[in-house]
Amino acid sequence: MADSPILELRGVSKSFGAVQALTRVDFAVRAGEVMALVGDNGAGKSTLIKCIGGIHPADGGEVRFEDRTVTISSPKDSSALGIEIVYQDLALCDNLDIVQNMFLGRERLSSFARLDETAMERAAMQTLASLSVTTVRSVRQTVAGLSGGQRQSVAVAKAVMWNSTVVILDEPTAALGVAQTRQVLDLVQRLGEKGLGVVLISHNLHDVFEVADRICVLRLGQKVAEFDAAATNQQEVVEAITAGKVEQVPGMATEATA
Amino acid sequence: MTDLVQQPSAGDVTSEPARGGMADHFRDYVRRVRLGDLGSLPIIVGLVFIAVIFQSQNSAFLSSRNFVNLVVQMAGLTTIAIGVVFVLLLGEIDLSVGYVSATASVILARLLLNDWPWYVAVAVGVCVALVIGLVQGLIISKAGVPSFVVTLAGFLVWNGVVLIIIGGLGTVVIQDRTIVGVANTFLPAAVGYAVAAVLVAGYAAVLVLRTRSRARDGLPTAPMSLLGLRIAGLAVLGLGAVYAANLSRGVPLVGVLVMLLLVGWSFVANRTRFGRHVYAVGGNAEAARRAGINVDRIRVAVFMISSTMAALGGIVLASRLRSVDTAAGGGNLLLNSIAAAVIGGTSLFGGRGKVSNALLGALVIASVDNGMGLLGLSSGAKFVVTGLVLLAAVVVDSFSRRGRSQRGMA
Repeated sequence: MADSPILELRGVSKSFGAVQALTRVDFAVRAGEVMALVGDNGAGKSTLIKCIGGIHPADGGEVRFEDRTVTISSPKDSSALGIEIVYQDLALCDNLDIVQNMFLGRERLSSFARLDETAMERAAMQTLASLSVTTVRSVRQTVAGLSGGQRQSVAVAKAVMWNSTVVILDEPTAALGVAQTRQVLDLVQRLGEKGLGVVLISHNLHDVFEVADRICVLRLGQKVAEFDAAATNQQEVVEAITAGKVEQVPGMATEATA
Repeated sequence: MTDLVQQPSAGDVTSEPARGGMADHFRDYVRRVRLGDLGSLPIIVGLVFIAVIFQSQNSAFLSSRNFVNLVVQMAGLTTIAIGVVFVLLLGEIDLSVGYVSATASVILARLLLNDWPWYVAVAVGVCVALVIGLVQGLIISKAGVPSFVVTLAGFLVWNGVVLIIIGGLGTVVIQDRTIVGVANTFLPAAVGYAVAAVLVAGYAAVLVLRTRSRARDGLPTAPMSLLGLRIAGLAVLGLGAVYAANLSRGVPLVGVLVMLLLVGWSFVANRTRFGRHVYAVGGNAEAARRAGINVDRIRVAVFMISSTMAALGGIVLASRLRSVDTAAGGGNLLLNSIAAAVIGGTSLFGGRGKVSNALLGALVIASVDNGMGLLGLSSGAKFVVTGLVLLAAVVVDSFSRRGRSQRGMA
């Protein structure tokens, strides 16, 4: 099981009009593994996760989930498969507390259409405890009062609460300080240990090397390299990001030979 | 900051209120107040202030007779303000509530004039309001026109409709005993006490059952002494109010009806999925949308709530005056109902507020109005004072919000 990818993209392409955003990208993440997705701005990282998340369905190629070919044409399809994406802006409601945010849109009800607050509070506490998120004072405080790292933790906990199998984190540490970055990276590692497939998008190679098992490098919409994190170094990855060999560059034929 | 990286130890995540005795809870409350989470504190201070001032000027202000008058005077405003609270929770505004209330009441009055049964007349008035809310809500959510503009148009349109329906009559007198009885019935003393007892018992049952179910699930609970204090507080307040009212004409029926509306809508706002989604849309519409909430449907429903509550408020006002005239829904009814929600503590920017804010805010406005009337001051002075109270409420809210955001509690 550990060797067959839980989510696999084969030759996925995506274009927006004349712009070829992704060209035959292969990408795979296994259960229990942290796969980093790196690349310069405009390399196609966001487009790739939007293909996985069903926001921009892929034009060509094959998406396989647990060794079956699947079609992801809307965000509903991907969440039905257990793929959850934590976007950079986190999408939390500041005026609601942690439990309310974690269950937003999927509230549990008891008799007479009442919200089942105790069940939700307990489940939220269990999920946070299972992720070892111990820094929040109370699950009944509003999200507005949380630090950036705590917010990220809540957003991740919200994503993993629904029996998800793949969690995609978009720049989770971008706006965080040192201590909070540490907190989130620990959390990312724990997600992998729990047996989830984790995709980490980051600009910060230091963070990537700290938690990733494998590193996939995109450049100009193509995958230019894939490294085993233990068998490479930052310099090699930086070279791939900035000057990785691309097979073809639409409309920029000379660059390919550079 | 070192506590941010402390090592995991499962079960550390607790929920508020923390386990502990009364003293801990009191300290926690003081801490929250100092951090700027004032809750209803400023308005209660304000009400005491108002009571002291008017009582010192005219000893009739705190008389039981005037208390009963106040309850009847504020009933219509409170009812309309409940709907306004919902609209403000979304971060929207409804400027049409004044004339929607008048439209419903003028339809009611005309139907009663033609000898329709009262329940059919009420049903027609409420249904018209529902349709008005539906149409305004659909235009706001589907066409993306700001609610300010759509309901401003509604303000003009429904004002016109009221004048057209009244036509040459000038004033439509209501003679139906049931409708007139809404605001002009006073409960016998024993019934008043019974209603208060049921209310207190219901509150106690809800609190105790909730605490027990939390304890069963191993969640932290408030200490029994605090629950006892809350229940006792409500009992004193409720029975005291009934006692005061019974010294005069008795508890007004309309006061009980308004309490029922408050309890019912509080339940909807706090205990149902719909209410939760209203708060979510008001707090972060994009997050709500991504969570799978149908934001448009919530918006439309909330505008239907505000029109419907406006209609019910209009019926209460018509019942009190026993007639509907061309001035219905005009004057400062609209602004007072929005001011009531805001003075009560509902944010104009969405996501923050409670249904009970409508009651507290309406109490402030009606008290000022009533007290100034007792002092024989002109309506000009009334406007000035009400305006200053509104300003004070918003400034207090603004300062407390700044305090909260500085401490990251927004």
